[in-house]
Amino acid sequence: MNNRLKVLRAERNWSQADLAERLEVSRQSINAIETGKYDPSLPLAFRIARLFELPIETIFFAD
Amino acid sequence: MIVHTSAKKRYNRRVIALSLIYSVLLIGAVYLFKHHMVSGPMAWIVGVLPALLIIAIFAAIGAYIVEETDEYLRMLLIRRTLYASAITLSITTVWGFLESFGLVGHIAAYYTSVLWFIGLGAGTVINRVTEGTWSS
Repeated sequence: MNNRLKVLRAERNWSQADLAERLEVSRQSINAIETGKYDPSLPLAFRIARLFELPIETIFFAD
Repeated sequence: MIVHTSAKKRYNRRVIALSLIYSVLLIGAVYLFKHHMVSGPMAWIVGVLPALLIIAIFAAIGAYIVEETDEYLRMLLIRRTLYASAITLSITTVWGFLESFGLVGHIAAYYTSVLWFIGLGAGTVINRVTEGTWSS
């Protein structure tokens, strides 16, 4: 699965640590999701979508 | 970079405390048996106490898996326990057959736990290589 997390984060001038703090996860989690090493669970994906105020399918999409 | 979530901090505190108690109990048990100071039911109790502390460390690892709220870190930890189990089961199975055929000597069963903890460390290295992080 691919995602636009890095782009969305950059648009807001947030560091990985900033985003991690907002989502209450580790910076390692953000890095793993951004680099495609880890696909987040559905609850975390929804939290990400809610934070960016975007539909989930505009952030995450199939390869 | 190693991450210390609140669950990880609790886990570290528990393991340090349990390790200290284990050391005291093990030294005490060795002393008592060496000097023939225990026998009968008491010998069984003294003999099993160090093992109970090792079991408690396994339980602490289980509690950490349950309490870790960061799903990625939890996944890394679970991977480590799976690597540890795979390494331990593989080596003890091979050793068991070799021992049965008289090719290697007997090893005390508690080395299974030692091997599992070594496997946990190996899992950390594997996570570093495959995931690029030392976390959990």
